[in-house]
Amino acid sequence: MLLSWMAWTWQTAAFFVLVALALVAMGIWEWRSPGGAPRRGILGLDTTRGDRLFISLLGAGFIHLGWLAAFGAPPWGALAVSVLFAVAVFRWV
Amino acid sequence: MTARTTNQKAWWLVAPVVVLVAFNALVPMMTVVNYSFQETFGDNVFFWEGFKWYEELLRSERFHDALVRQLAFTATILAIEVPLGVAIALAMPRRGPWVSVCLVLMALPLLIPWNVVGAMWNIFALPDIGLLGRLINGLGVDYNFTQDPTSAWVTTVVMDVWHWTSLVVLLAYAGLCSIPDAYYQAAKIDGASAWSVFRHIQLPKMKRVLTIAILLRFMDSFMIYTEPFVLTGGGPGNTTTFLSIDLVKVALGQFDLGPAAAMSLVYFMIVLLLSWVFYTVMMRNEGT
Amino acid sequence: MRRLKWLVPTLYVVFLMLPIYWLLNMSFKTTNEILGGFSLWPTEFTLDNYRKIFTDSTWYTGYLNSLTYVVINTVISVTAALPAAYAFSRYRFLGDKHLFFWLLTNRMAPPAVFALPFFQLYSAIGLFDTHIAVALAHCLFNIPLAVWILEGFMSSVPKELDETAYVDGYSFPKFFVKIFLPTITAGVGVAAFFCFMFSWVELLLAKTLTSVDAKPIAATMTRTASTSGYELGLLAAAGTLTIVPGAFVIYFVRNYIAKGFALGRV
Repeated sequence: MLLSWMAWTWQTAAFFVLVALALVAMGIWEWRSPGGAPRRGILGLDTTRGDRLFISLLGAGFIHLGWLAAFGAPPWGALAVSVLFAVAVFRWV
Repeated sequence: MTARTTNQKAWWLVAPVVVLVAFNALVPMMTVVNYSFQETFGDNVFFWEGFKWYEELLRSERFHDALVRQLAFTATILAIEVPLGVAIALAMPRRGPWVSVCLVLMALPLLIPWNVVGAMWNIFALPDIGLLGRLINGLGVDYNFTQDPTSAWVTTVVMDVWHWTSLVVLLAYAGLCSIPDAYYQAAKIDGASAWSVFRHIQLPKMKRVLTIAILLRFMDSFMIYTEPFVLTGGGPGNTTTFLSIDLVKVALGQFDLGPAAAMSLVYFMIVLLLSWVFYTVMMRNEGT
Repeated sequence: MRRLKWLVPTLYVVFLMLPIYWLLNMSFKTTNEILGGFSLWPTEFTLDNYRKIFTDSTWYTGYLNSLTYVVINTVISVTAALPAAYAFSRYRFLGDKHLFFWLLTNRMAPPAVFALPFFQLYSAIGLFDTHIAVALAHCLFNIPLAVWILEGFMSSVPKELDETAYVDGYSFPKFFVKIFLPTITAGVGVAAFFCFMFSWVELLLAKTLTSVDAKPIAATMTRTASTSGYELGLLAAAGTLTIVPGAFVIYFVRNYIAKGFALGRV
C-alpha cells in the first residue's frame, strides 16, 4: 500500500537500483583504498573519484537532455556518449 | 580550521540527519522521477510513456520562454541585491546602540510569511489605493502592475529586493564584524585608500559569507513561487510566470503530472549544475 | 562623505518600513474606507478587524497551529543538526564532503511539484493534517541549513577543548552537553533563528499537508481572500499579526545574532 502511489515502473526502479549500486561500489572502493585518489585534472579542479562520479552522472543527465532535444527518443546514442564522457572524466578530469 | 581526524564512527552522529532528510527528500524525488515517465488520468492509474514528456518539453516554446524569464529574473535580483547588500553592510555602524536597532528592523521582512509579502505588496502597489501606485502615478508615470507588463516585472523585482536584500546585509555584516580592528589600523598607517581597504581586507573576509548569500539567493529565487503568485498571479499575460508558477499551472491546473514532473526535474538539474559550478569555483579560490 | 554614511542604512530601513506601514494602515481601516478612497492614515480608526481575529476560532487557531509546528520543527532541526555538525567539523569519514553537498541540494528542488508526493507520503504513514507532519517536512530544508551554520561555529572552537575534556575522563555525551554546548550558544541561537524563520514563512508544504486540525494561519488567509470576497482590512490585520511572532524572535536573539555573526564564519 505504501508503494502503490509512488507509481513504480521496472525501468525507473532499475535506474535507482543502479545508482544505489554505484554508490555502494564507490563506498567499498573508498574503504579498500582510502583518500579518493585526489588530483588536479585538465579543468584545474581538485577532484576525488567521488567528484568524478558526480560529474559523470550530471554530465550524463545533460547529454541525455541534449540528445532528446536534438534527435528525440530513443536515447541510446546519448547513453553511448555518456559512457564515453564518464570514461574521459575518470581518465583526465 | 582545525585538522580533522579520520573516524568512521562519526557516521553515527550524522545518521539522524541523514534519516530525516532522506525520508523527506528521496521518497518524493523518486516519485517525481516515476511520474515523469508516465501518463495518468487520476486514481493512481499510470501508463508508461518513455521519454515523451522530456522530448515535448525540451522542444516547447513555452518552456524556453519560462526558462529565459527565470534566468533574467534571477540575474536581475542578484545584480541588485548583492552589491546593494554589501554597500549597506559597509555603511552600518560597527558598535553602539544603533547596531541592534538596525539588525532587528532589517531582519523584519525575512520573517514575514511569503504570501503575506505578496499580499502586502499588492495593496502597497495598487494604483488606486496603494501608496506606491499613487506616488508613481502622481509623478506622471503610467503605472499599473495588473495591466502593464513592464510595471509588473519591475514591481516583482522591487518586491524581491525589499524581501531579501536584508539577508545579504546580515551575512555581509557578519563577515565584516569578523575583521579585527588591528587590520584597519595597519591600513590607516599605510595610508590605504577606502577602495584598497575594501578590495584587500574587507572583500576577502566577506568571501565565504557572500558565497553562502549568493547560493541561497540563487536557489531560492529560482524556485520563487508564492510572492509573485499572490502579487500578480503570473500576469499580465505570462510576464511574471516563473518556473514554479508554470509548474503549478501544469501540475494542478491541468493535472498533467507527467509533464510537470519532467519539467521540475529538468529545472532541478539546471539548478544543481549552476550551484555546483559556483560552489566549486568559490571553494577553489578559497583554497589558494 | 563620512558624515553622511548613516544615511544609507537609514534610507534602506525607511524603504523596508513603508510597505509594512501601509499594511498597518489598512488594518485599522474599515472596508468602506479602503475601497472608498486614498488616505495616508485611517480616518475612521477601527479595531474591528483585530477583534474579529481574536474572537473567531478559525482565525486564532491558525496562529496556534503555525506556532506549534514551527517550534517543533526548530527543536527537531537543531537537535538533529548538533551532533551532525560536530561530526562534520571534527572528523573525516567516508563520503563526508559529498554528504554535505547532498544536504545542501535539498534546498534546490522546486516544492511546487513535490507537493503531491509529500501529500501522499504523509497520508500513507497516517500523519496527514498533524503538526508533526509539517514539522518533519520542513526538516528537509531546515536541517541542512542548521548543519551548515553550526558547522561554521564549531570549527572556530579550538580542538584542544575536546581533547582536554576527554583526558579529564568526560564521556562524549557529557562533554557535549556540559562543556561544548555552552561555548557555542551563539551559534545555536543563530541556527534556531534561521530554522524558525524558514519554517514560519513557508506556506506551500504547510498548506499541502494540512486540512483542518493543523491548518496554518497563512492558509486561513488565502481561504478568506477567495471565499468571502476581498476583505482587505481583515486580511491586512491578519497579515500584520503574522509579523508579530517574527519580531519577538528577532528581538530576543538580536544580541546572539550580532555576537554570533562576529564569532562564526556562518
